[in-house]
Amino acid sequence: MTELTRRTAAELAALMAAGETSAVEVAQAHLDRIAAVDGRIEAFLHTDPEGVLEQARAVDARRAAGEELGPLAGVPIAHKDVFTTRDMPTTAGSKILEGWRPPYDATVTARLRAAGLVILGKTNLDEFAMGSSTENSAYGPTRNPWDTSRIPGGSSGGSSAAVAAYEAPLATGTDTGGSIRQPASVTGIVGAKPTYGGSSRYGLIAFASSLDTPGPFARTVLDAALLHEAFSGHDPMDATSIDRPVPPVVEAARRAEIAGLRVGVVREFAGDGYQAGVTARFDEAVELLESLGAKVVEVSCPHFEYALPAYYLIAPSECSSNLARFDAMRYGLRIGDDGSRSAEEVMALTRAEGFGPEVKRRIMLGTYALSSGYYDAYYGKAQQVRTLITRDFEAAFEQVDVLVSPTTPTTAFPIGERADDPMAMYLADLCTIPSNLAGNAAISVPCGLADEDGLPVGLQIMAPPLADDRVYRVAAAVERALESRWNGPLLAKAPEL
Amino acid sequence: MGYDEALARYEPVLGLETHIELGTASKMFCGCPTAFGAPPNTQVCPVCLGLPGSLPVTNRAAIEGIIRIGLALNCSVVEWCRFARKNYFYPDMPKNYQISQYDEPICIDGHLDVEVDGETYRIEIERVHMEEDTGKSLHVGGATGRIHGADHSLVDYNRAGIPLVEIVTKPITATGDRAPLVARAYVTELRALIRTLGVSDVRMEEGSLRADVNVSLMPRGATEWGTRTETKNVNSLRSVERAVRSEIERQGGVLAAGGRVVQETRHFHEDTGRSTSGRSKEEAQDYRYFPEPDLVPMAPPRAWVEELRATLPELPAARRRRVQREWGLSDLELRDVVNAGAVDLIEETVAAGAEPAAARKWWMNELSRRATEQGVELAELPITAGQVARIQELITAGELNDKLARQVFEGVLAGEGGPDEVVAARGLKVVSDDGELASIVDKVIADNADAADKVRSGKVAAAGALVGAVMKATRGQADAARARELILDRLGAS
Repeated sequence: MTELTRRTAAELAALMAAGETSAVEVAQAHLDRIAAVDGRIEAFLHTDPEGVLEQARAVDARRAAGEELGPLAGVPIAHKDVFTTRDMPTTAGSKILEGWRPPYDATVTARLRAAGLVILGKTNLDEFAMGSSTENSAYGPTRNPWDTSRIPGGSSGGSSAAVAAYEAPLATGTDTGGSIRQPASVTGIVGAKPTYGGSSRYGLIAFASSLDTPGPFARTVLDAALLHEAFSGHDPMDATSIDRPVPPVVEAARRAEIAGLRVGVVREFAGDGYQAGVTARFDEAVELLESLGAKVVEVSCPHFEYALPAYYLIAPSECSSNLARFDAMRYGLRIGDDGSRSAEEVMALTRAEGFGPEVKRRIMLGTYALSSGYYDAYYGKAQQVRTLITRDFEAAFEQVDVLVSPTTPTTAFPIGERADDPMAMYLADLCTIPSNLAGNAAISVPCGLADEDGLPVGLQIMAPPLADDRVYRVAAAVERALESRWNGPLLAKAPEL
Repeated sequence: MGYDEALARYEPVLGLETHIELGTASKMFCGCPTAFGAPPNTQVCPVCLGLPGSLPVTNRAAIEGIIRIGLALNCSVVEWCRFARKNYFYPDMPKNYQISQYDEPICIDGHLDVEVDGETYRIEIERVHMEEDTGKSLHVGGATGRIHGADHSLVDYNRAGIPLVEIVTKPITATGDRAPLVARAYVTELRALIRTLGVSDVRMEEGSLRADVNVSLMPRGATEWGTRTETKNVNSLRSVERAVRSEIERQGGVLAAGGRVVQETRHFHEDTGRSTSGRSKEEAQDYRYFPEPDLVPMAPPRAWVEELRATLPELPAARRRRVQREWGLSDLELRDVVNAGAVDLIEETVAAGAEPAAARKWWMNELSRRATEQGVELAELPITAGQVARIQELITAGELNDKLARQVFEGVLAGEGGPDEVVAARGLKVVSDDGELASIVDKVIADNADAADKVRSGKVAAAGALVGAVMKATRGQADAARARELILDRLGAS
C-alpha cells in the first residue's frame, strides 16, 4: 500500500470507509511525518499528538458504532493559527497573543470537528495574516518543501508547506489579498478563495474584515472541493455570510469538463515583473484550455492596475481598527503593569512590544488613511477604485465565464530577499488582490515548473461571486490534463525531504 | 455672573444629545441578556467582550425599537444606512471602537413639541441613531471616584453591547430666560414618549436615559453662535435644568470678563449644581469613523416601517389633547394635571368607573396635598386608581360624604386596607336614617333660633349654618343633602 501520507484526502476517506485503515493509523502516519520533517519545514506552531490521536479514536469509535460519517471523517487537517480553537492556543502568528487559549471555536473549526476531520495542529502564518512569505511570523519563518531556503508563500505559508510536505493532506487558510492562492502557487498545490461571504469569518482573527475569506488547501482539486464543502455555507454568527446553498464544487471537481467554456485572459496581468518561466507556463496553460475545447479571448480590466494601491489603503484601514482590541486589558501579552503606569501607558508599551514591524506599518498606514482630512483622499478614493474594479469584473464576466492569469508573478523567492522591501513583497499579490476587492471566487492550480529555477507555477482561475463551482471545474480539467501529461501530480517532482 | 444679568446680555443656544438604553431582552450584537444589576461580568460572551475573531450580528428588536422612536419623533426613516466604527482607546470599550452610526443615521429630521408656561416650543430633531453601549469603569481608591487619583480600576462589561439610541436635537434658539425650562421640558417629554412606546424603562438614575447638554451664548442681536460646551453626568430632570442654568451663568461670566469660552466637555456635579472642566474638545481625538465592514447595510423595508407606524400607541401629546376634550379641562387645568403627573392616574380611575371630574378632584386636591406632605410623587402614594374609584362609588351611592371619604383615604394610605375595610374598621357611615336625623335637626333648629327665623323669612342661604350644625352634631356622618332637605321642610322654606 502506498504510504498513507502520500494519499489524497479522498483516498484516505475511502480506505477508512472500507475498513482498510483507521483514523488512528492515518493520524499516526501524519504525526510521524511531522516529527520527521517539520524541524526543517517549521509549518506548525502547535501540535498535540495525544490530542490528535484522541480525535482519531473518537472517529473510529463512531464508525465502529455504525454512525453515518461525513466524506472527510478521519482525514487529518492542518489548521491555520488564525482560527480560534478552544483546545489549542491561537496566536495569529503574533507575540501579542502568545499563550492565549480562546474560550470558543471558530465556525470553521466547529465545522471541521463536526465533519470528523482530525485537527493535527495549528500552522504558522505571517503575523495577523499580513504578508506574502510567512517571514512576518513572530515565531520564525516556514520553509518551502521544494527548496527550504525559499519562502512557502504567505500569509498561509504554514498551511501550504504542511500540505506540500505531506504533513497533512488538507489545510485551512485565509485569503485577504492572495494568502491562500499565492502560497498554493509557490508550493505546487491547490488553494481556493471562496466567494466572500461563502465561508464564515466567525472566529477568524480579523485582518481586513471586508476581504478576509477562509478557504481550503489540498494536493488535488477534488480534495480542495471536499474541504470547501465541509466548512462553507451560511453562518448566522457572521452578518456578511451569504444565506445561499454552497455552490456544487465537489460535483464540478469530479466533472472537470470545460468544452465550450469561454475563458478570458486578463491582458493587464503580463509584462514587466513577470518571471519568464511563469509566463511560459501560463501561456501553455491557456493553450491547454483551448485544446480542451474552451474558447479563449483576451479581456481588458483597465482598473486592475489600481488594485494594489487601493488594497493597501482599505486593508490597513480596517486592520488599524480591528487590531485596536489588542490592548493588554483582557487577554494576551501585558507589558509594564507594575503599578506605576496608567492603562494608556500599559497599552502603548504592550503594543510596541507585541506587534511586529509589518503589523505596525499597516496600523500606521490605516490610521493615517482614516484620519479626519485624509479620509476622502485615501479610504474614500480607494473604495471608489474598489467599485471600478468590481465593474471591470462584471463587464468581463459578460463576455467570458472565467478569467485566468498567473497566480503570482514569480516563483518562490529566497527567504530574506524581500524582507526589507515591502513594495517588492506586496507585488506578490498583484494578480490575486482584485478578486478580494470584488469578492469573487478564485483558485490556484499547479501548471508546471519554471524553467529557470525548477519551482512550481500556479494558474489562477477567477469566476463571479457564487460561481465557485466554475473555478473548480476548470481547475480540475487542467489538473487532469496536466497530470496525464506529467504521469502524476506536479508535487511528485519535488525533491525528497 | 448672575442668571438674569447673563440673560440680559446674551442669548443662549442649546443642544441636547440624549442616550437611551433600549429594553431589548438581548444585547445589540449578541445574545447576552441585558438585565440591570447582575453581578459584574456575568452577562458577557466572546462578541460583547470583543474577543479576537468574534463578530457582531444585529438585533432586529433593537432596530424595531429605534424605528418606533424615530417615527414617534416625526422623523424620516431612511431607506438605506450603515453602521460605522468610532475608533478610540478606552479600557471599558472591549474592541477599542464603538459600533455606532456616523453620517448615515437611521432616522433623520424630526421634531418634538414641548410646552413651557403655556407656550409651545418645537424642538427640531437632527438625527436618531443606533449604537452599542460601553462597559462601565469603577475607579477604586482616590477621593472622587473618577479615574484621576484612583488606585486601580475595575471594568464591568455587562453593559457593553446594550443597544443605545442617541437622539440629537438641532440647535435650540430663541428660548431666552426659559432655556433651562425648555431643556427640562424636552427631556421630560422625551421620557414620556419613550415610556409610552415601551422600548425602554428610561430611568435616569440607572442610566437608561442619559442627557448631555450643549450650551453656547451669543451677544443679544448677534447672528453668529458662540463656542459651545457639552455637559455630561446630568442624571436627573432637575439637573438638566440646573446644568443649563449654571452653564449660562458660567459662560456669561467668562464672556463679560473679556474671556473666551473653551470648547470642552464638562462634568456636572449633582451636589454643588456646578460643572467642572473635563477633556478639551480642541485637543480631542480623531475618531476615524468608517463604515463597519462586519455588518451589511440596513435597508428597513417600507412595508415594515409603515406597519410600525400604524401600530404606534397613542403618544403623550395626542393623549393630552384627548383627555382635555374628554374631561372638559381648560388649558390651565390640563397643565396642572400634566405637571402633577396625574394623567395616567386619573385615566385609570375613570377606567375603574369614576366620573372624570371626581377622579381629577381627588388626585389633584386631596392626594396631591398628601403626596406633597410626604415628599413623594403622586404615583408613589400607596393607593391604587381602583381604590380611588371605589371610594368615589361609595360617595355616589350616598354611603360616604366627602368628609368621611377623606378619612377613608387617610386609612388606605396608612395601610389599614382597602376602602371597604377602612370603612368597616373605622365605622364610617353616613347618617341618613330620617328618624334619627330628624330629631337631630329639630334640636339644631331649637338651639339656633336666629338662623331658623332667617330661613323662615325666606333667607334660604342661612340654612347652611344649620346644616353645618347638624354635621357637627353627627361628627360628619350625616348625609348633608338629606339634612338640608329636612331643615328646609321643617321651616317651610322648601
